[in-house]
Amino acid sequence: MHTRWRLTLARVLILLAFTGILEILCAAGTIDPLTMQPPHRILLDLVHLLGSGSFNRAIARTLSNAMIATSMAIIVGVVAGSLIHRIRGLRDALDLLFSTWYAVPVLAFYPLLIVIFGLTNLPSIMIGFMQGVVAVIVTTLDGLDRVPRVLRKLARTQHMTTLETAWLITLPAAAPWLLGGAKLAVVFSIIGVVASEFLMAREGMGFEISYAYNNFDNARMYPLIVLVIVFSVTVNSLLLRWEARLARRRGLKP
Amino acid sequence: MLADAATPLVTLRGITRVFPPIAGGGQPIHALGPLDLDLRTGEFFAVVGPSGCGKSTLFELIAGLQQANDGTIAFEGKPITGKVPDGIGVVFQEDSCLPWRTVRGNIALGLRKSGLSRAEQETRIEHVLVLMNLVEFASHYPAQLSGGMRQRVCIARTLVMEPRLILLDEPFAALDQQTRLLMGEEVLRVWRSTSATVFLITHALDEAAMLSDRIAVMSARPGRILDIVETAWPRERDSRILEDERFGAISARLWRLLRDETIKAADAH
Ligand SMILES: Nc1ncnc2c1ncn2[C@@H]1O[C@H](COP(=O)(O)OP(=O)(O)OP(=O)(O)O)[C@@H](O)[C@H]1O
Ligand SMILES: [Mg+2]
Repeated sequence: MHTRWRLTLARVLILLAFTGILEILCAAGTIDPLTMQPPHRILLDLVHLLGSGSFNRAIARTLSNAMIATSMAIIVGVVAGSLIHRIRGLRDALDLLFSTWYAVPVLAFYPLLIVIFGLTNLPSIMIGFMQGVVAVIVTTLDGLDRVPRVLRKLARTQHMTTLETAWLITLPAAAPWLLGGAKLAVVFSIIGVVASEFLMAREGMGFEISYAYNNFDNARMYPLIVLVIVFSVTVNSLLLRWEARLARRRGLKP
Repeated sequence: MLADAATPLVTLRGITRVFPPIAGGGQPIHALGPLDLDLRTGEFFAVVGPSGCGKSTLFELIAGLQQANDGTIAFEGKPITGKVPDGIGVVFQEDSCLPWRTVRGNIALGLRKSGLSRAEQETRIEHVLVLMNLVEFASHYPAQLSGGMRQRVCIARTLVMEPRLILLDEPFAALDQQTRLLMGEEVLRVWRSTSATVFLITHALDEAAMLSDRIAVMSARPGRILDIVETAWPRERDSRILEDERFGAISARLWRLLRDETIKAADAH
């Protein structure tokens, strides 16, 4: 408990030191205000921006798109991973695709998706989904590989069907890996959604950031960037916490 | 239907198990047999044999987890074919507790398909918790328990299904000698109080000699049954049998049978 507190304190101090340095550099004029506002200014702008409510739609759109993309990536990824794991040949065939997937700039397909689906939410969601799903498939395969064989035998002695085996034995046994996959899916999906809005969209946080950027509107751009970071970090640390609890329960961590 | 004492609970006839060669060449592995064996209803039966002689293979064949290349196995008169028959409970050598479920949750796993009411399930779970001395640990997770206690949870999870045949594959191999003897006593106690038939694989001769009514001694691979030793212990017995003079004689006989085979098995490795 004591060490946990100290750790948290250290993290806060590092964050404060970093912001402090930025603050000093801005005040000294080393960073000029056209490039970046001082941190305290960004914070004030953020409060103002959230208070005004003028970006609520954009925020809601981006977050819900990212959430849909993440959920789809996780569900499709776990199901596909479980199926592929059962078919050795399919897995061997897809292995190369999976290992080179992240070398392919998925974002390059965005214009194509817009041609197909129009300038709706769908192309953004698809990009987020495509970014996240392969990470989930790969971690699912990895996790299922590590399920002890004795647990699969146990499932048979307990007369479990294929679905029951997955639900009661293999997926829970692979849960630490699945959570790792979920963490990646969140990050990749947010990146995918925001980046696609950056390229071409009618609304969303990515769109607002790029719009502000084009208009040298730092009072809007930086707070929005901070907001994206805050969301991403919050979701990730929640998942980390869950992961730690799970590991503790299984005796994998003190 | 429970077979009467005269007809065997399990019969194996001409059982042979050959594993195909591992991909990339090599010879097929003749692991077991041909082998005949009868398990009598209600007896405590042990199998000893040199390592790698096919004990686990025999175990999985009776459990219905593997299929023989040749021969037939029947449980209560019905052939076993690629499915674990109802009425057979299995305890593995490796720890098979589910680490994400509490002790109670692990045990309850065995009752999912029992068709019992909630209350009846609770009664049964309480019963095996008491039987296996796990009451205070019911809401613990396996990670909070010692290896011996985790193996007790696995036994409890099997017992709650009230099997007529309990198969144990070296369940105490990972435990220290003292714990092993005490766990042996617990299995004896369970055996007495449930009237189930017990089939125990072990590499410890003293364990086999102390617990069993009959002990099969297996040859080096391919595993065959060299001899079956009868102990004639009373049903009421515990580890104090170790002091009985006949205990020494039985252990010595087992070792005489096994010695050459163990050397053979060691040379083959
Ligand atoms: N799935 C398998 N494929 C190929 N060979 C196997 C397989 N399972 C077991 N064998 C081989 O069959 C032989 C018997 O194995 P088994 O596990 O039944 O022996 P055991 O008597 O239980 O050994 P131990 O005392 O080490 O537990 C061994 O030589 C083993 O290598
Ligand atoms: Mg074995």
